[in-house]
Amino acid sequence: MSAQPIIKAKGLVKHYGRVVALDHADLDLYPGEVLGVIGDNGAGKSTLIKAISGALQVNAGEILLENKPVSFKNPMEARDAGIETVYQNLAVSPALSIADNLYLGRELRVSGILGKVFRMLDKKTMQRQAREKLSGLGLLTIQNINQAIETLSGGQRQGVAVARAVAFGSRVVIMDEPTAALGVKESKLVINLIKDVRDQGMPVILISHNMPQVFEVSDRIQILRLGKRVAVVKPETHSMSDAVSIMTGALDPNDHEAGAFCSPPEGK
Amino acid sequence: MSEFIDHNKKKEDYYSVARNAGEAVAEFSGEKFSVANKIHRFFHSQPVAAPAVVLITSIIVFGLIVGDRFFHPYNFSLILQQVTIIGILAVAQTLIILTAGIDLSVGAIMVISSVVMGRLAIDFGFPPVLAIVVGLFVGAFFGALNGFFTVRFKMPPMIVTLGTWNIIYALNIWYSNSETIRSGDVRNIAPLLQWTGKSFDFLGGRLTYGSILMVLIFVVVWYALNWTAWGRHVYATGDDPEAASLSGIRTGRILMSVYTLAGVICAICGWVIIGRIGAISPASGTTANLDSITAVVIGGTSFFGGRGSIYGALFGALIVGVFRNGLALAGLDVLWQEFTVGALIIIAVAVDQWIRKVGT
Repeated sequence: MSAQPIIKAKGLVKHYGRVVALDHADLDLYPGEVLGVIGDNGAGKSTLIKAISGALQVNAGEILLENKPVSFKNPMEARDAGIETVYQNLAVSPALSIADNLYLGRELRVSGILGKVFRMLDKKTMQRQAREKLSGLGLLTIQNINQAIETLSGGQRQGVAVARAVAFGSRVVIMDEPTAALGVKESKLVINLIKDVRDQGMPVILISHNMPQVFEVSDRIQILRLGKRVAVVKPETHSMSDAVSIMTGALDPNDHEAGAFCSPPEGK
Repeated sequence: MSEFIDHNKKKEDYYSVARNAGEAVAEFSGEKFSVANKIHRFFHSQPVAAPAVVLITSIIVFGLIVGDRFFHPYNFSLILQQVTIIGILAVAQTLIILTAGIDLSVGAIMVISSVVMGRLAIDFGFPPVLAIVVGLFVGAFFGALNGFFTVRFKMPPMIVTLGTWNIIYALNIWYSNSETIRSGDVRNIAPLLQWTGKSFDFLGGRLTYGSILMVLIFVVVWYALNWTAWGRHVYATGDDPEAASLSGIRTGRILMSVYTLAGVICAICGWVIIGRIGAISPASGTTANLDSITAVVIGGTSFFGGRGSIYGALFGALIVGVFRNGLALAGLDVLWQEFTVGALIIIAVAVDQWIRKVGT
């Protein structure tokens, strides 16, 4: 039997003035899978992801989280529902420290009257946990957790952003171009991280321009074109050139021998 | 297109070629640092160090030039009294500048709050405590107004506050009938309004309650900025508003709270200036606006937002105070005080730019 999708987005529409970014786009994410999302520039990848992560509100369509309709007014609500996102532009604050960034928007307060009345931050715990989370992921070795983000390299910054999503996500992790700024070895770390997350049973949505990466790590790949989902393929049935042909419109996905839409993954 | 297929077939090998690569990552070679480099790194990691060094150096230099008169505790308490107004306004200004804004209306909000306190207490017979509370609300209102236009209409804070500065100034003249409330009247009818100017002996100098209030405001705002989530969010909002809101921070609310709080702090300053001057004049504090910005800039807070500290503003205000006081005691004309303050601003920003550079 096939499992119920964790996230089901149906007929999402988003336009900016007269520019249509999403034109009845769909998305299905099943438990324990990595869903790659590819598409040419302007196909609506980022808009789709922002709609699911609460960073923008769609004009029409609905999103179901475990069969319950949700409409997130802001990223905080999506996060509270267990959806963590790594954004293309990182969404880290350069002047703040690593620990501050990891806990940005979900700071811990000390217990007792200091925390309740004076709302004092529990810096010690946050720093300790931040160090644990980062080293636990093996993503990067950082001596000083109070270092400002701006003193880190691009790869390390990305590492912090990825670590934040993985460490706090409870249902779904969304990654928008997580390796765009990374070197080869750092990219490999992130790819392995994605596999680890999936193996722990948490589904991942991966948006990337890097075809070999998408094909390496994804269980299914959703192809967007002009704001619509035109195909969902498996790396086993479609080659990268097939995917590129569908993405650019050179190939009608229905003409492919494996069809335009592959079956959902087997329930685990 | 064949290369794609090729990659696809041996995707397992895609990274394996890097497996045997060396573990070395680009590192700094330790020996190359010159003295200038070391100094730079120190100031880069300790942004408040620069104003602190300037403050201490200027105290020593003026002490050497002017002599014992400068080092007398009474003189230090005098400096503290002189910087109280600017120091409090600099707290408000720092909050705004940390969010990458600027507030040209701080002086105007201060004055209209003091005028409202005075008119209510003296002309309309309100109990002084109530008059002060209403004055604080007036400050909060105008602060919130600045915040509203900045957040809701996404207007540049400089334009918004340029507008409200003029509006508040006009309202101020209208409400006060351009009349000054005499110091004697305040003393007789509502002495509480002058409480901030009262002083007591402390280690051979004289401290005013206004100065104590200033220190208290610094401590409270320092705590809020450094030890509460709100403070982290203020920094994050100023640093990169988009990143902050993607991190789940409601940047609009943060900005509103910052502008409103700044308005309240300006209103407290309105109470303090009554104590300092004694009388309540709609024409007081005309240079307070720019002086507060000067203090913040000299204290090393970045105009681009997200970087800086509240004690930087205190140092900045004190540096200006020490220079003015020292130059006056050294017998120089007032115009050279202005000249020096101008030079300080330029130097402070130049040094700041140098410190901020990462790649030297």
